Amino acid sequence: MRLLTHNMLSSNIKGVTNGFPLALEVTKLVTKPVDFNPDFLKNMLLKVEWKALVEASRAMGYAELPEQTEPSMVESEEFLRKFHHALLELHLEEGSLVCPQTGRKFPVCKGIPNMLLHEDEV
Amino acid sequence: MKLKQLEGLLGSLEQFSSPKIELEQYPTGPHIASRMLYTAETSYGDVTSKVVADFGCGCGTLGLAAALLGAEHVIGVDIDADSLEIAYENADDLEVDMEFVQSDLKSLRWGDRIVDTVVMNPPFGTRTKGADMDFLCAAMKVASGAVYSLHKTTTREHVKRIALRDYNASSAEVLCELRYDVPQLYKFHKKKVVDIAVDLWRFVPGKER
Repeated sequence: MRLLTHNMLSSNIKGVTNGFPLALEVTKLVTKPVDFNPDFLKNMLLKVEWKALVEASRAMGYAELPEQTEPSMVESEEFLRKFHHALLELHLEEGSLVCPQTGRKFPVCKGIPNMLLHEDEV
Repeated sequence: MKLKQLEGLLGSLEQFSSPKIELEQYPTGPHIASRMLYTAETSYGDVTSKVVADFGCGCGTLGLAAALLGAEHVIGVDIDADSLEIAYENADDLEVDMEFVQSDLKSLRWGDRIVDTVVMNPPFGTRTKGADMDFLCAAMKVASGAVYSLHKTTTREHVKRIALRDYNASSAEVLCELRYDVPQLYKFHKKKVVDIAVDLWRFVPGKER
C-alpha cells in the first residue's frame, strides 16, 4: 500500500468522527521504483493532506519531508523527488492501520488493507 | 497502446475461479473493458496520469486496463478476499502497479479530492435490489472528474433520474450501448451464453458536494 492510498483512507467505524489519518504500524515495508512524473506531483501537492503524509512517511522510516509546504517548492526537483518517493514508492507490505479514535486495527497483508467492519461497527 | 493490444492483454487475465452469486460476480470481458477505458482516455483524457479507482474490482480487469493505459495510481476496491487475490496475481502477471483495498463500498469513507476517475462494472442489482445504485452513489462521492459505469439498458431512465437528482451529477450521458455476454457461470443459468444490453455511462460529479 502506497502512502497515497493511505492519504485517502479513514476509519469507517460507526460513530467515529475523527477517523483520519490512520496511524501506521509497520511490520514490513518495501520500496518499488516508479517513473518520476513532476506534473502529476504538482497536482497532487494541492490535494494530499500534507501532515498525514509527513507522519506516515516518518512511521515508514523516511524523515526527509518538510513539516510544511510552500507554493515555491514545486520548482525544486529535489523536493519533488522526495515527495515522489514518499507518496508512490514506499509501500506498507505487512502491518496495520490504526483508527485514531478507537485504536481498532485494520490489518494490512500483502499490501492490501482490510477495511471490512465487524457487525457491531457498521 | 492500441485498442486491439489492450484487449489482447486483458484477454489473458485470470477470472473468478468460483464466482459468488450473492455478490453477482460476473467477469468483465476484455472486449467491453478495453473499449470502456480506451474511450475514457481517447475521448476525455480521464485515464493517463490520473488517479483511477475501480469499484467492485473483482479480478481487476478495469483497473488493470487503466494501469496499462498509463494511469499514475490505480486502486481496486472489493469486498471479496478471493477476488482480490486473483486481481493481485493478474497485476503481477501484467507487471503493472495496482493497489487494492478490501472494503464494503457502502461503508467506504474516502476524501473527494484525490481520485480523478472511478471505473466500475457494478452488480446489476438482480440479486440485491439497488446494489448498482449503491455503487454509483459511492463512486459519485469519491470521483472529482468522472465516473464510468455499466448499467442494464432497461434501467436507463431510472439511472439518469437518480444520478441527476440524488447524486448531484452535473451530467449523465450514455456513451454507447454494448452487448454483455454472460457466460453460463451459475447453476440457475439455463443457456450457455446470454447477451444482455448494457449502457456505458459517463457521469460528471457536480462541484458542490
